[in-house]
Amino acid sequence: MGAGHAHPLYLPGTSAAHRLPAEVKIVAAFLGVLCVVATPREAFPVFGGYLLLLAAVWWVARIPPGWIARRSLIEAPFVVLAVLLPFTGPDPRIEWLGLSLSEAGLLGAWNILIKGTLGVLTSLTLAATTPLRDVLLGLQRLHTPPMVTTIATLMLRYADVIAAEARRMRLARIARGHDPRFLWQVGATARGVGSLFVRTYERGERVHLAMLSRGWAGEMPQLTDTRTTRRDWARGLAPVGVALVLAVTGWVMT
Amino acid sequence: MSAMPQTSETAPADPAVRAPSLHIRELAFAYPDGHQALYGVDLRIEPGERVALLGPNGAGKTTLVLHLNGILSAGHGSVEVGGLAVAKPNLHEIRRRVGIVFQDPDDQLFMPTVGEDVAFGPANFGVQGPELRERVRAALDAVGMAEHADRSPLHLSGGQRRRVALATVLACEPEILVLDEPSSNLDPVARRELAEVLLGLGRTMLMVTHDLPYALQLCPRSVVLDDGVVVADGPTRELLADADLLRRHRLELPFGFTLS
Repeated sequence: MGAGHAHPLYLPGTSAAHRLPAEVKIVAAFLGVLCVVATPREAFPVFGGYLLLLAAVWWVARIPPGWIARRSLIEAPFVVLAVLLPFTGPDPRIEWLGLSLSEAGLLGAWNILIKGTLGVLTSLTLAATTPLRDVLLGLQRLHTPPMVTTIATLMLRYADVIAAEARRMRLARIARGHDPRFLWQVGATARGVGSLFVRTYERGERVHLAMLSRGWAGEMPQLTDTRTTRRDWARGLAPVGVALVLAVTGWVMT
Repeated sequence: MSAMPQTSETAPADPAVRAPSLHIRELAFAYPDGHQALYGVDLRIEPGERVALLGPNGAGKTTLVLHLNGILSAGHGSVEVGGLAVAKPNLHEIRRRVGIVFQDPDDQLFMPTVGEDVAFGPANFGVQGPELRERVRAALDAVGMAEHADRSPLHLSGGQRRRVALATVLACEPEILVLDEPSSNLDPVARRELAEVLLGLGRTMLMVTHDLPYALQLCPRSVVLDDGVVVADGPTRELLADADLLRRHRLELPFGFTLS
C-alpha cells in the first residue's frame, strides 16, 4: 500500500514491526493499553517497565525516540486537568515548596499522566508503523462494523478534496477584497464554513450514488488476498505477553 | 474541425437473438416534490450502438440516467437492460450491466489508490483473486493508465482522472456504458485522448452531453430530450444540421461551426 496518503504520524520503513499485518498490531496495541490501565497506580517501577518495552519496540521498528516525543505533545491539552488535581483534591495535604498539595490529588494526577502518556505512546507507535489505510483494513478484518470503516475510508479520501474546496472558496473571498484579519469580516468566513458544509453534504450524496452504481451493498469488498498467519500473531503479541507479566507484577507488588 | 469524419455504425451481431442493450418504454417520473421530470420517454439502443443524449439544462437527462440502473424507479413505464427489467430483485445485476461514468471524477474515485478504485466495482460483483487483478489490469490498460495503478487519484490530472473513472466502470464489464458529460472540464488534448479511448472500446454507449461536436465525433446516432420527452432521434449529423431544431431546444453549435 505504498503511494498516496502520507500522513505526519506515519514513518515509512520496512522493519519487522512495519511488516506485521495491521490487525495484529491493532490488537496488540489495544491489549497493551489494557494492561497499562489495569496496573495499580502505586506500582511505580512497573510503569518504567512499560516504557522500556515501548523503547524496545521503537528499536525494532527503527523509530527515533525524539520523533515519537515530538508527536506525543498532542497529549498536552488533555492532561491540563491532571495538573489541577493536586490543588483541588481532598485532604490529607502535604507541603511541597510552600505549596499545599492533596495527596490523593497527586496520585490521581500521576495516574492520568502516566497511563495517558503510555497510551498515547502506544498509539503513536501503531501509527508510525502502519499507514492509516492499513489500519482501516485491519479494523475491517477484525469485524469492526462496516459502516464505521466505510465512513473512515471515505474521510481519508475526501479530507483532501474538501480541503481543496475550502481553499478555492477562501481564494474567491480574498479575490473580492475579503480580509479575514479584521474582526468584523469574520462573518463571511463563518458563512463560508456553512456553505462548505452544504457542498460537502452534496458531494457525499453524489459519492454515495456513484458507489451504489458500482454495486456497493453496504460493505467494502476485500481487495487483497494476503492471509494473516499464526506466526504473525505470535510475533505481534509477544510484547503484550511482557506487558501482561508487568501488570501482574504490579498487582503482586501492591 | 467542422467536417468531422462520420464513424460507421457497428451493426448488432444478430438482433433476433440478442435483446436490445437498452429498451425504455413510456418512462415517466415525477420527483417527490411534484416536479414532473419525464413525460413518457421511449428509447431503444441495440448492442454496439453509440448514442448521444442531447438536451438543454433541466431537460431531464440526469433523471433519465438515474433510471437506467434503478437509483430512481419509474413512476410509469419500464426500462430493460439486455432484456432484464430494472426492478428491485434484479438491481445488483442491473448495476453490473449499466456502467455509469459520473460527470465529476472526484465523486466517482474514492479509494486511496487507482488500482483499488478500479477493483471496487468488480469486487462488489463477486470477482476475486487473480481474475480481479486481471480485470483491473485490463481496464487500466484500455484507458492507458496501467502504470498509475498504485497512485492516489488526487495526484492525477483532470484528464487522467476521467480516464480512471472510465476504467472503474469498464472493469465491471457492463452491457452499456453511460457517460455523463464526459468532455466537461477537459483541455483539448485530454478531450481528444478520451475520444480515442472511447472509440477504441467498441462498446454500447449512451453519452449525455451539451458538447455537440463531441457527440458528432463519437456517436453516429443522437436523441434530443427536452421537457421530459424525446423530441428528435436520428443520425447525429442530420440533427445538428437542423438549425431550427437546435434553436427550438436551446442547443447550439460552438461559434463558427456549421454543418450542411
